[in-house]
Amino acid sequence: MTEIFGIPTQALFGQLLIGLINGSFYALLSLGLAVIFGLLNIINFAHGAQYMMGAFVAYLLLNKLGIGYWWALLLAPVIVGASGVVIERLMLSKLYKLDHLYGLLLTFGLALIIQGLFRNEYGSSGQPYAIPQQLVGGQNLGFMFLPNYRGWIIAISVVVCLATWFVIERTKLGSYLRAATENPQLVQAFGINVPRMITLTYGFGVALAALAGVMAAPVYQVSPQMGADLIIVVFAVVVIGGMGSIMGAIVTGFGLGLIEGLTKVFYPEASSTVIFVIMAIVLLLKPAGLFGTEK
Amino acid sequence: MKFKLNSLCAAAVMATAAAAASAQVSDGVIKIGVMNDMSGLYADVSGPGAVVAAKMAVEDFGAAAKGMKVEIVSADHQNKPDVGSTLARQWYDVDKVDAIFDVPTSSVALAINQITKDKGKAFINSGAATSDLTGKACSPNTVHWTYDTWMLANGTGTAIVKTGGDTWFFLTADYAFGHALERDTESAVTKNGGKVLGKVRHPFPGQDFSSFLLQAQASKAKVVALANAGGDTINSIKQAAEFGITKGGQNLAGMLMFITDVHSLGLNTAQGLIFTTTFYWDLNDQTRAWSKRFTAASGGKFPTMVQAGVYASVLHYLKAVEAAKTDDGAKVVAKMKELPTDDPLFGKGSIRADGRKLHPAYLVEVKKPAESKGPYDYLKVRATIPADQAFRPLDQGDCPLVKK
Repeated sequence: MTEIFGIPTQALFGQLLIGLINGSFYALLSLGLAVIFGLLNIINFAHGAQYMMGAFVAYLLLNKLGIGYWWALLLAPVIVGASGVVIERLMLSKLYKLDHLYGLLLTFGLALIIQGLFRNEYGSSGQPYAIPQQLVGGQNLGFMFLPNYRGWIIAISVVVCLATWFVIERTKLGSYLRAATENPQLVQAFGINVPRMITLTYGFGVALAALAGVMAAPVYQVSPQMGADLIIVVFAVVVIGGMGSIMGAIVTGFGLGLIEGLTKVFYPEASSTVIFVIMAIVLLLKPAGLFGTEK
Repeated sequence: MKFKLNSLCAAAVMATAAAAASAQVSDGVIKIGVMNDMSGLYADVSGPGAVVAAKMAVEDFGAAAKGMKVEIVSADHQNKPDVGSTLARQWYDVDKVDAIFDVPTSSVALAINQITKDKGKAFINSGAATSDLTGKACSPNTVHWTYDTWMLANGTGTAIVKTGGDTWFFLTADYAFGHALERDTESAVTKNGGKVLGKVRHPFPGQDFSSFLLQAQASKAKVVALANAGGDTINSIKQAAEFGITKGGQNLAGMLMFITDVHSLGLNTAQGLIFTTTFYWDLNDQTRAWSKRFTAASGGKFPTMVQAGVYASVLHYLKAVEAAKTDDGAKVVAKMKELPTDDPLFGKGSIRADGRKLHPAYLVEVKKPAESKGPYDYLKVRATIPADQAFRPLDQGDCPLVKK
């Protein structure tokens, strides 16, 4: 068997694929963050909590109402997104005139409150959520056993990421959005309801987090701190990609998943820190991030 | 003149005696600090439930009726040794805490073990696993109550090797606890004729274990041992099922499992898992009665062995304070070792010179969904390991307190 650095190539392929799967989550979550930051200039620290809410809504839909995974995939983002709309209307909209820091503090506080409430209600060890019947099992790819559900994660993540990028960068709606962040007065003068657009954008970003949460529910435990564990990494991804850059978030999300996957093979102990090392290096060499533009 | 000198001496002796009497219990209050993970991955295992258990112990001891004033404070160490150390110093120096209880997370426990020794207080650990607390790091101020890595390794490791699981791969949490559990399990495995094919250390706490599970799969070991705990173990087991590890003929061994983990996994995923524990709520009438009270006081959650250990250790600590008539750390711990232990949860037992509390351990198996008849009816006892065999022999721990 051929080997690279003492690791059989087959095992290496498996690890790369795993890295890609984790990268899907990073991409999906950092995408939401990038959309919110790029268009609203809000550093949404509640993103991890909203991801967790997505998973919990899926869990509650199943256990209280008997609504399964597929509907949850649609309903949870809508429900959590709606809660995001409420937060934006009631709180965030008051902060746009102030420094970034205020939005960060508000959302950070919200995250702590939301996580605390869920922990109080459901404890910390997590709730079970089964993989949907249609996606149970897996494929033997020769070099590894790929669970169907993991394949599904990659597929849906790529589709959602590209669709979001397309809408924001290539459609008329997206151009309104981008224009509204550059010069809200001017866009409003053209008869476009800018505040409503901003509200819906925040709701959409939050819905993306909730979607990632629903997808994560069957593979990770549905627990109150599932988002807190992930959010720091996702922020690092966004910083590396360049705050607010949509493509940057997607590419870096997948890329860092791969790098992390490789670290897990060659030096597992460092796998939780490798992303931050990269972040430090990127910030030193290119402070605006790989895909960011300096304003 | 001689008489005068004598009376002077007597007066001095009496004065010191009086001072000693008033200093029996510092500030007239026995202050107990329950320190654990209140919000992270071990919060269900110990957390607020351990505080409930401590309160029950103070109540059952009848402190108020005996004229003893006992106060309980609690804090969250967030599984970080630096946070735990700062808290412990503040408790001892400023808040006049006399003894710290529980402290899961071995790295934090080892730090507090040292601080307690330096400050001359008492440390009664229930939540942490590392057997170093009664080994290399043993202290005259520390008692290790509920379980340890040697006990887990010996119970589960030996049982699995004896039933044919003779090649092992370790998935280890990369900190003091994981390392100790891996070391103790490895020695139990090799002692019984098994072989360790490989190991991988994952960051703590982890989230995605698929990469490590693939490495375990590639090793072709018959047993994949999870030398981690809490949320890490749950995620590992869940994802191992997803990647077809168990279907491929490899067996999982959760080296440290709690009933909350089984609850969180659900019986469908957890059935058939074997692990070692020192307490289960459904062992006998006494444990059932106590657990019923605990459950009522903690919002329907059933007790874990760590919480049971906090109850039993607080009870014994208070007995020792009463008997020793002081809350001086080293003296109380010495008295705790001297007195035999007796409580409704762990039965009769004793505490050894190295601080190890001795009681039986149970090798348990998770029931099939059909076998479970009520809430938390999850485990059946496969074997009972008697107290004198459950823990590491006194002379093998390299504890400096033990004379060879």
